[in-house]
Amino acid sequence: MRNANPIIRFKNVSISFGRLNVLNGMDLSIYEGETITIIGGSGSGKSVTLKLLLGVLKPDSGSVYFQGRDVTTMNEKELIQMRKQFGMLFQGGALFDSLSVKENIAYPLREHFDYTENELDRIVAKKLSLIGLPGVEQRMPADLSGGMKKRVGLARAIAADPKVILYDEPTTGLDPANTQRINRLIIQLQEKLKVTSIVVTHDMESAFMVSDRLALLKDGKICFVGTKEETKKSTDPTVRGFIEGKMTEKDREEQMAGGLNELL
Amino acid sequence: MNYLVPFLEYLGGVAALAFRTVRNLFHYRLDFSALIYQIASIGSRSFSLVALVAVFTGMVMALQLAVGLGRFGLKLYVGQVIGLAIVRELGPVLTSLMLASRVGSGITAELGSMVVTEQVLAIEAMGADPVTKLVIPRVLACVISAPLLTVMADIIGVYGGMAVAVMEAGITSKFYMDQILKTVILEDFSQGLMKTVFFGFFIGVISCYQGLTTSGGTEGVGKATTQAVVYCAAVIFVSDFFLTKLFLLL
Repeated sequence: MRNANPIIRFKNVSISFGRLNVLNGMDLSIYEGETITIIGGSGSGKSVTLKLLLGVLKPDSGSVYFQGRDVTTMNEKELIQMRKQFGMLFQGGALFDSLSVKENIAYPLREHFDYTENELDRIVAKKLSLIGLPGVEQRMPADLSGGMKKRVGLARAIAADPKVILYDEPTTGLDPANTQRINRLIIQLQEKLKVTSIVVTHDMESAFMVSDRLALLKDGKICFVGTKEETKKSTDPTVRGFIEGKMTEKDREEQMAGGLNELL
Repeated sequence: MNYLVPFLEYLGGVAALAFRTVRNLFHYRLDFSALIYQIASIGSRSFSLVALVAVFTGMVMALQLAVGLGRFGLKLYVGQVIGLAIVRELGPVLTSLMLASRVGSGITAELGSMVVTEQVLAIEAMGADPVTKLVIPRVLACVISAPLLTVMADIIGVYGGMAVAVMEAGITSKFYMDQILKTVILEDFSQGLMKTVFFGFFIGVISCYQGLTTSGGTEGVGKATTQAVVYCAAVIFVSDFFLTKLFLLL
């Protein structure tokens, strides 16, 4: 797998917001068909990475390649063409409040294809059964529980049969049962659809369950990439700290200082 | 300097959004059902308020003018002054202010919550354009409904004035209407309406901009909403002067 050309490649990407350097020369290659999890603390730039990949944000320097083409230099039309091949599950589901579940899932389909109503109904029903929620088409997002919203969000992400699925904190804020369910769904979708998946999370248990490889983002760089086994065996103190849920002394000081600054 | 840079940044942001709105209007297919939905919701949301403001403005003007003009012995001309003032100035400006507070705040709050719940990002991620999907229907709806509401406000205001003029100034309703029809010409009416087309555009673009640039969670939505109303009102007053001058020159 490693010898193949990567489907996605971040090359020396830097981005800052105001005086805050979020990414600082980040490099990462992602291969077709794998599930890679990017782990890192809050505010380490995990979500920014996904936005850069979609071309929603432009890096200050560096390039992001998707299928060999540089996302950062694409014009609006090319970006739209590229985004058709992506599906994204957002942290809170990000379902459109004003639209029913069916319309939410049909949204990317209406945007890019000319399906008839009957075909749309059939596709939406199929996606809903895939995520284990058949028959909720006519419900409004406000009537769904948090876990159901996420699953409908997932159905919407896979509606247009994307090549790449992006998961932004898929298990955050869910109870243990729903967390397990989402984890299993990610694995099932991977097996059934053979897509490339990028998961961004700080939930280590979920990361180990769903991914082929893990990448640790720290100080704006990827400081470790490896398979599950390599990660578990790693002796790198930052990696160990993350796996065991412990903070290094430096992190703790920084967090304290950050917290105090916010209070003042 | 501390205020100048953010101010210019803001102006630049609003101008860029206005430009993209107009450009995309001609580039992409317009979502008619969304437009109709927006116009209907703007109309139903603001008509009663606009009517209330218009009728009482007409009434209080009649009351004041009956006293004020009475001092010069000109009580009979109450209708002419009310007609001109409402059609040229008060109808358009007060309607637009009500539109800003009722609809502008609603637009900002709606788009602001969509931003903080990542719904706007979701639109982009699915390969759709937020300006085309969200901004254009709202701006167009404001541009179309502002003059429509103003026509209603003009009529309601004039009739409100008539009721009080009959009671307080002792003139007949027929005389009041004759005076207005004789004095107020179509140009007064159309200039007032033209202004509201611009006001509607400003309200739409500013409230959408405020909504789309919302940051800082739910608290940010509240802040953005207040700001939207304040900025819209300020822009309406300032541009009113220049637009009036411009139309008088034409």
